[in-house]
Amino acid sequence: MSKPTRRSVLKTAGAIVVSFGFDPHDAAAQPLPTSNAPRSPLDVKEVDSFLAIHPDGAVTIYTSKVDVGTGMRIAIAQMAAEELGIPIGRITVVDGDTARCPNNGGTGGSTGLTRGGTAVRQAAATARQALLRLGSEQLKVPVAELTIADGEVRRAASTRGIGIGRLVGGRQLRVQVDANAPLAQPSDYSVVGTSPRRPDVPAKCTGRYTYIQDVTVPGMLHARVIRPPAIGATLTSVDESSVSTLPGVSVVRIESFLAVVSENEWATVRAANQLKATWTERHELPGHDKLEPYLRQGVVERDQTFVDRGDVTNALAAAAKTMNATYFWPCQSHASLGPSCAVADVRPEGTTVWTSSQVTYGLRATLARVFELPAESMRVIFVEGSGSYGTNGADHAAADALLLSKTLRRPVRVQWSRQDELGWDPKGPQQLLDLRAGLDAAGRLAAWQTEMWIPANHRGARILLAAGAAGLAQDNGRDAAAIYENGDPSYPVDHVRVMAHWLRDTPLNTSNLRAPGKPGNVFAVESFTDEIAAATGIDPLAFRLQRLTDPRAIEVIKRAATAFGWDARPSPNPKRQAGTVQEGRGMAYVRYKQAENYVATFMEVAVDRSTGVIAVKRVVCAHDCGLVVNADALKNQIEGAITQTLSRTLHEEVQFDTARVTSVDWASYPILRFPEAPAIEVIVIERRDQPLWGAGEAAAVPIAAALGNAVFDATGVRLRRVPFTRLRPSGFGEAGSDPSGSGEAG
Amino acid sequence: MPTYTFLVNRERRRVDVFDPSQPLLYALRGPLRLTGAKLGCGLGQCGSCTVLVDDQATRACMVPVSAVAGRRITTVEGLGTPEKPDPLQAAFIAEQAAQCGYCTSGMIMSARALLMKMPHPTEDEVKQALAGNLCRCGAYVRILRAVMRASKG
Repeated sequence: MSKPTRRSVLKTAGAIVVSFGFDPHDAAAQPLPTSNAPRSPLDVKEVDSFLAIHPDGAVTIYTSKVDVGTGMRIAIAQMAAEELGIPIGRITVVDGDTARCPNNGGTGGSTGLTRGGTAVRQAAATARQALLRLGSEQLKVPVAELTIADGEVRRAASTRGIGIGRLVGGRQLRVQVDANAPLAQPSDYSVVGTSPRRPDVPAKCTGRYTYIQDVTVPGMLHARVIRPPAIGATLTSVDESSVSTLPGVSVVRIESFLAVVSENEWATVRAANQLKATWTERHELPGHDKLEPYLRQGVVERDQTFVDRGDVTNALAAAAKTMNATYFWPCQSHASLGPSCAVADVRPEGTTVWTSSQVTYGLRATLARVFELPAESMRVIFVEGSGSYGTNGADHAAADALLLSKTLRRPVRVQWSRQDELGWDPKGPQQLLDLRAGLDAAGRLAAWQTEMWIPANHRGARILLAAGAAGLAQDNGRDAAAIYENGDPSYPVDHVRVMAHWLRDTPLNTSNLRAPGKPGNVFAVESFTDEIAAATGIDPLAFRLQRLTDPRAIEVIKRAATAFGWDARPSPNPKRQAGTVQEGRGMAYVRYKQAENYVATFMEVAVDRSTGVIAVKRVVCAHDCGLVVNADALKNQIEGAITQTLSRTLHEEVQFDTARVTSVDWASYPILRFPEAPAIEVIVIERRDQPLWGAGEAAAVPIAAALGNAVFDATGVRLRRVPFTRLRPSGFGEAGSDPSGSGEAG
Repeated sequence: MPTYTFLVNRERRRVDVFDPSQPLLYALRGPLRLTGAKLGCGLGQCGSCTVLVDDQATRACMVPVSAVAGRRITTVEGLGTPEKPDPLQAAFIAEQAAQCGYCTSGMIMSARALLMKMPHPTEDEVKQALAGNLCRCGAYVRILRAVMRASKG
């Protein structure tokens, strides 16, 4: 790389670009590296939108639902293979490319299979009927006598027929998706319910898989965006000479959007680290350690009641005994292992964005609107990134890259740093819950109330950091998804009320983080259930079974209990152990969203009272999500949900001062490490005759409660704040001490 | 501009860098187009960038390219291919020991270094040896099974 030979200052639509050594206008135009041409139709009414049958009989499936390491691609391929009668190995799934995939919505809320998979299934079932009709014409045999097997249309008893590739002849089927096209009978399933291996794993284990971080396009510049030292601070000055010794580096400034770019990634990193800039002071955050009063005293935008059964007010007033407790769930990061990355190429004829966003169509609409580019000629292509578990920094990185490419008129790759990702990914929000229970004279739970303080969701597309910094108009929406769900017990209680105070403000931008809100709500609900069971001297498992009537609920709990070897007795553990290490067991149960998966999780812990270290020794989870498509991929998801939520429960809390997030590396935002990972046993209850429910989230939901209940069993200490480890660096106090300052009353 | 040569996956490779302190990771992922090693933190905290330098597990995001001149570097691509994985990679595939897989290269290279020194580790020894490799998806149980499988294979 040569020394800077020329200094050019461009002004482009309010952007100031100071370059050393290259002029963006000199860049030779390069063809788009897009081997996969756009296709049509993309209308969800058309079968051809969802699948293409190639002349060799291979089939490609297209869906806007994306696989973020979850095994969704293999599961959707299985659902399609079952209907089409072709071997699983002949199917390829293309996900999340707006120029190739119909829009079945973004990926989230465990809807990959329930909405994406079922849409593909119905299209494949319709295609099957079309193939049988084509086969009937060719073979001169009535449709009723034909079937499809091994990729051939055949007479039912025959072993030979016409390959579907030959039958279709490279054409489109030109039929609309028939909602009444008959589906394969679950009793006849031969592909759904088996566990073929995921197609992505061999490349991932040999370093050949292309992640978004690995995408390069010809003529591409490497960029880093420099975020302000305080949230909302304004850029006052930039000293470009501070990076002038670095070869080929340009500084781009658009209002308070500041970036460095060059053709050499390391030069860009060096420039980002050494660029001198000054910003206004801003100190508008409460600090993470002040979040509880911040929530309780926050401006309430509106109150909303989600459940109001019986007469809670009177039942509580009439109760022989009432109990209350306050639970707190902290602000948490998606903490993706790989920092977000994106590549954008804005050209007069159209824009291409490569991104690991889970919502490519939604991102396209927002990018087009905010950056004033036509959506029709914008293509957003999903490329898998590091696991995202909701909306991490990916959408912001895409906006960064788009703004830079539009400004510089070259393809630009933006790679976030570790500090960027933990500091600036939108966060799973903090939650504060007050619980109140009323017991009747017989000690029976009669009334329950949950009161939440949570940030309100605001309409419109979520804020994009680049747009905000560059002074562009945007919706400024805010959406952490359905964080209010599962605020009531998953067992019947006569009088129940669940309500939220939706708060106007929240310190950090929010988004959906795995099972939004529900790990925190169920931490409160199922821990408080355990408190009630302990106060009434009842075995926590028996307490739940006494109230449940749904046979699937009862089965999931009993299966887990048996596998775990539950010793029935009230908590805490009456057997005092010698030494400082005390052992205990706990359980929690949830009906996900009160309408979907049944999950029961049991845990065994050892707590060192002198150090406060909680060792999770063993986890048993029984899981019923109805129809199971790929049991091994499902188990992988459940194991991951358990492990990740143990990490969130034990260690994770976004720390911030009055200006900015301060937990920006793996030392200050620790996640669960290998030696802490417990043995996990997953019991998958398969129900072929039932509809399927998504499974990316549900197993995460009971984890914190099961762990807290096990810690109570071991120590007699009730933990009402997450994370458990961070808050207790000096160890547990005496049994019965109450760290969150709440407890029984009445 | 300084030039450094080293053996990468048994091949002699050369890179030109403007800065001798440039971490090896940027040479591997950039001019050498070996993207198996991943940027996770750039701080030596997560292990995603782990490669072997003379058979020692090394954080490619921390070690300067000048410090590995003339040495023998093995990346995950140097073990096997999707069609012909080496036994450790094959064990990871058999156990489906990945979700997003972003940590996988680093896990495999750290485990490889362990198995070279200690062919038959206990589960605890594997967990301790991989303590510096983070997995956010929570695939630890499967990764442990994969390494144990490889050690018995």
